[in-house]
Amino acid sequence: MARITLDHLAHAYKPDPQTPQDYALKEINHVWSQGGAYALLGPSGCGKTTLLNIISGLVRPTRGRILFDDRDVTDLATEARNIAQVFQFPVVYDTMTVRENLAFPLKNRRVPKDRATKRVEEIAHLLDLTPVLSRKASNLTADMKQKISLGRGLVRPDVAAILFDEPLTVIDPHLKWQLRSTLKEIHRALDITMIYVTHDQTEALTFADKVVVMHDGAVVQTGTPEELFVRPAHTFVGHFIGSPGMNILPCRVEGAAAYLGKERVALQRGYLNLPKSERIELGIRPEFVRLQPRGAGLPVWIRRIDDIGRARIARVDLDGRTIAASVPENLSVSGDEASLHLDPRHIHIYADGHLVAGEPLEGRAA
Amino acid sequence: MTKTLNNKAWFLVLPVFLIVAFSAVLPLMTVVNYSVQDTFGNNQFFWNGVGWFQELLDPTTDLGGRFFDSLWRTLLFSAIILLIEVPLGILVALSMPREGWTVALSLVLMALPLLIPWNVVGTIWQVFARGDIGLLGWLVNHLGIDYNYTGDPLDAWITIVVMDVWHWTSLVALLCYAGLKSIPDAYYQAARIDGASRWAVFRTIQLPKMRRVLLIAVLLRFMDSFMIYTEPFVLTGGGPGNATTFLSIDLVKLALGQFDLGKAAAMSLVYNLIILAICWVFYTIMTNVDAKNERAEA
Repeated sequence: MARITLDHLAHAYKPDPQTPQDYALKEINHVWSQGGAYALLGPSGCGKTTLLNIISGLVRPTRGRILFDDRDVTDLATEARNIAQVFQFPVVYDTMTVRENLAFPLKNRRVPKDRATKRVEEIAHLLDLTPVLSRKASNLTADMKQKISLGRGLVRPDVAAILFDEPLTVIDPHLKWQLRSTLKEIHRALDITMIYVTHDQTEALTFADKVVVMHDGAVVQTGTPEELFVRPAHTFVGHFIGSPGMNILPCRVEGAAAYLGKERVALQRGYLNLPKSERIELGIRPEFVRLQPRGAGLPVWIRRIDDIGRARIARVDLDGRTIAASVPENLSVSGDEASLHLDPRHIHIYADGHLVAGEPLEGRAA
Repeated sequence: MTKTLNNKAWFLVLPVFLIVAFSAVLPLMTVVNYSVQDTFGNNQFFWNGVGWFQELLDPTTDLGGRFFDSLWRTLLFSAIILLIEVPLGILVALSMPREGWTVALSLVLMALPLLIPWNVVGTIWQVFARGDIGLLGWLVNHLGIDYNYTGDPLDAWITIVVMDVWHWTSLVALLCYAGLKSIPDAYYQAARIDGASRWAVFRTIQLPKMRRVLLIAVLLRFMDSFMIYTEPFVLTGGGPGNATTFLSIDLVKLALGQFDLGKAAAMSLVYNLIILAICWVFYTIMTNVDAKNERAEA
């Protein structure tokens, strides 16, 4: 059990990296605190697995250090790091029974037999593997095999952290929910740091207390699921999290107002020092954009309305910009003319993709 | 779904049927035909029943004696070959590089001995091992070891075994290498996470994953070594004495040297049956191991 610190960590698979593009993982400073449940969220190829393999020691970083508490483990081999990792595809030792599979990490570390047996039974019970304990692991279903892999990750009680690399990819959807809550329970019961890599936002948001969003080899935001939703620090986060994702609209900002084409949108904060050369965008989540009958607000044309179950989402057109907006329950839409109301508290301004804080307006109503 | 019945489909099997008939069944039947007849020359044959077989399988007769001698020699040779080549092949495969330009290089080097025609292998070693002009024979003799494969039966055996190991170990190695290559990286990574030792990785990951290719390797090496003819024929001609007269060499001596067609036909049939029987035993054992594993799970 330990706090894991990534200190100026970066990794390139090329032998001689020059430009930032050569790095699969750009410089990262991050602290995973003891006992946290983290999710590492990002699209395929963004460097999540690389980061995970660096923490577990399977990959040695090009630059920077990894500390477990205050001990530098950068040069330590995986075996010496006391870390558990579960991989995307199930790994079972074919010739062994399920019981032997689960006991394997303990046996290799010379844990006394009676303690190992007890521990294996506990973990088997948690993962519903008790009925198959004496069977050979080779001909079980992929679900079962992945449970065994999970079990081998969980079986050592003293690990610094357990790393999960998209562990539920091969699991049936109905079992996914169940296993994810099992993991969550285990996390509560064991007080072990867990880092869970996934490209599925639902998985990340339901599992983790803190989500680390990665994009193109860099961490773009770290925060609670709520923070990621309400205040995305990067347009990528806004777009990647949420369904549908955030509306990102190119705009022009003058003081406390943004202009979408010729339409003016009042802002709650002032943006006086926006860099001139950069791409300025306005971001707002569809949840905070309300469709209303033509009148006050931005005049738009309705393209289509999707019923996504818990809500209706309208795709509307404003001067060639496509915007997703939520349709209030009592609104019946007729014709294709409508207006939009943007909740000013949830409008964010981004310069070159990054959130700009802006200055509070003094004494003026927005 | 209803099954479509169309008897014209039998015509599609006809080419295979013809090929098998002319390449295997008819020649085999000719041999069967010879094995039950005797001749005093002039192309006149008369019925002999199972006489040749009785003589062949009775070690007290001349024919039976020499048959069993060569049979034990051949079995011993195959056993030695398997005991050396399989573990050695696995070791070589384990130490072959997994990535980089050295992969192609080592594969080419490993494949080289397999590309050499068998009688050329025999010739190479015949010269290589000679005491007067052969590099190996000359060197060994100058190291003070008395070595002469044409005179000493043990030396002849050692030379043939070393030659076969040189020629065929790379086949085992290449097969094992293919088996090793098919193991996903995640297995090795998981083993490192689980703290497995090098030996545990071999026992629990590499060996089980190589089991199927090893079955093929053992079968191929057994059959080839049990039927070995060309290399020892070129190298020693079955000598000194009869020390390296394996079944195939003996068969040729009998059929073409002495022209005892009936005896030779009977011998080749028994030889054939032995190979089939041993292969069947191998195969059953190996597949039973698989089946037992599966039953243990059910």
